[in-house]
Amino acid sequence: MESLITHLLNGLVYSMLLFILSAGLSLIFGLMNVVNMAHGSFYMLGAYIGITVVAWTGNFWLAALVAPLVAGVVGAGMERIFFRPLYKRPDFDQIILTFGFTFVFIDVVKWIWGVDIQNLALPQSIGGGIQVFGAAFPLYRLVLIGVGLVLGLLVWLLLDRSRIGAMVRASVDDRAMAVGLGINVGRLFTGVFSLGVALAAFAGVIAGPIMSIYPGMDIDILIPAFIVVVIGGMGSLRGAFVSSILIGEVDTLGKAYFPSSAMFLIYLLMVTVLLLRPNGLFGIRDAR
Amino acid sequence: MPADSEIVVGVARQNRNELWRVMVPLIIVVALAILPLVAGTYVGGIVTEILVFSILAMSLNLLIGYTGLFSFGHAAFFSLGAYTLILLNTIFGLNAWIGLLAGVMVATVGAVAIGYLCIKVSGVSFFMLTLAFSQMLFSIAVKWRDVTGGSDGVGGLKRPFFFGLDMAAPLHTYYFALLVFLASFWAIKRLVASPLGHSFIGIRENEGRMRALGYPVQSYKLLSFVLGGMMAGLGGTAYAFLNGFVSPDAAHWSLSGEVLIMVILGGMGTLVGPVVGAAVYLLLKNIISTHTDHWMLIVGIIFIACVLLFRDGIYGSLSNLLARKWSRR
Repeated sequence: MESLITHLLNGLVYSMLLFILSAGLSLIFGLMNVVNMAHGSFYMLGAYIGITVVAWTGNFWLAALVAPLVAGVVGAGMERIFFRPLYKRPDFDQIILTFGFTFVFIDVVKWIWGVDIQNLALPQSIGGGIQVFGAAFPLYRLVLIGVGLVLGLLVWLLLDRSRIGAMVRASVDDRAMAVGLGINVGRLFTGVFSLGVALAAFAGVIAGPIMSIYPGMDIDILIPAFIVVVIGGMGSLRGAFVSSILIGEVDTLGKAYFPSSAMFLIYLLMVTVLLLRPNGLFGIRDAR
Repeated sequence: MPADSEIVVGVARQNRNELWRVMVPLIIVVALAILPLVAGTYVGGIVTEILVFSILAMSLNLLIGYTGLFSFGHAAFFSLGAYTLILLNTIFGLNAWIGLLAGVMVATVGAVAIGYLCIKVSGVSFFMLTLAFSQMLFSIAVKWRDVTGGSDGVGGLKRPFFFGLDMAAPLHTYYFALLVFLASFWAIKRLVASPLGHSFIGIRENEGRMRALGYPVQSYKLLSFVLGGMMAGLGGTAYAFLNGFVSPDAAHWSLSGEVLIMVILGGMGTLVGPVVGAAVYLLLKNIISTHTDHWMLIVGIIFIACVLLFRDGIYGSLSNLLARKWSRR
């Protein structure tokens, strides 16, 4: 029983990481119709910037602030310089462009930070453990679950309750109409891409203390994030939330209780959803 | 009306073009045939690898370059061919030559099954679905340890003999790869020039119009997918035949990505492009990596430049440039 609770909580921790990642991925896809294959690269970049900031200042929370900012600026630059010229081309061009960037990012990371597996030191203040329903559980992981929930709420408020959010939703629904109404869709694209990759970098930092950091972590997280977005419905924040929890728990419990078939079952789920509901469980429009 | 002398010059140029069209491939084939005798084992090994991966790149090019099917799970069929050959040989002791045929057949059957489901969706969903299927095979290769050896892979292929020639000798594997490559290249060349190939190109250019013209577009898409999968299976079986070993890496999506890079680097929708792409990619990987650690950065930058500026890839852009020069003279 104790171990089940621990597994469930660990699943929730993984779910929240997946959610923060896939919320950005889904947002970018929903607005720009770009499957950002470099999303995992920003996750990795965030973790490594976190390492440097902690090494310089010793402050984990500062790292969690600086890494998304840097990633956001890099992302905005990338969108302006490289993506702009491609919007008139077929969608596939943008996908393969982001794929090219994964090569650049992984090499830059190896160049600056080396190839060894590293870890982010846990902040002292929340290094302890806590009793949850009789099971000992690290405090930091609980904090992480809370952070995921709060962040989800913030992004939802931004999208659903703010003027900018209304503009984003309008552009997702009908880009041409949004332009006609005087919305600066170009700036919106830059902003959403920047926000999306900043979220990925943030996920990288807060995952740092509980997961190992290595060149290649980008590739390992990318497919789970894709699965979440596909199952939840590309472009849907609500879908990303629900399917993050689904995939996070199925993966964690599966690895604990059915280690030989867990991975296969998740891909089977992905295939089934794509065939029966190509727009995902909460898809808001045709996935083109 | 052109003067006689102009006509004479025109005919001469045409003859010269005709001559080149025959001579260039001939020179390349002869060069490839004598290469291992001159260049030694190391270069021969690299070229063998390039030839095998060219087969895979050409097969993916049939899908993305000629039919407009953006698959991201092409490694599935490569691995099906490779695992079939190795497992039949090591577990059941089946002759590797028969295993070669069996590998291509299993990959083809796999392509029928996966393709039948994948062509139901299009665009990003197609991309994701092909990815999901290939990762499914990857997870089987990793987790079904008793049979596949898990992430360590399986080796120990009993090398076949060909009329007393040991096929494991580097020189013989080279010529084997060259033959399979030339046969594949010829097959794709014929296919693309045939009415069927033109239908594929029609689907790439304008699917709706092809449908309106009464073409059974879905059947053509499936056929293209199966032919591509079959040839990828041939590449995979040849790979396993030459290395005597296969691991789950053969099914991982990063292999699908690498092949995609080869096709785009060389130039998709061209016959020679994927071969050039495979050569450039593998040469960068093998040669630059001995001088600098940053071959991935270099590949990434060239790749990004191709996507942004040279949409037709290295071969496509160069041949466009030459064609323009010819016509201007």
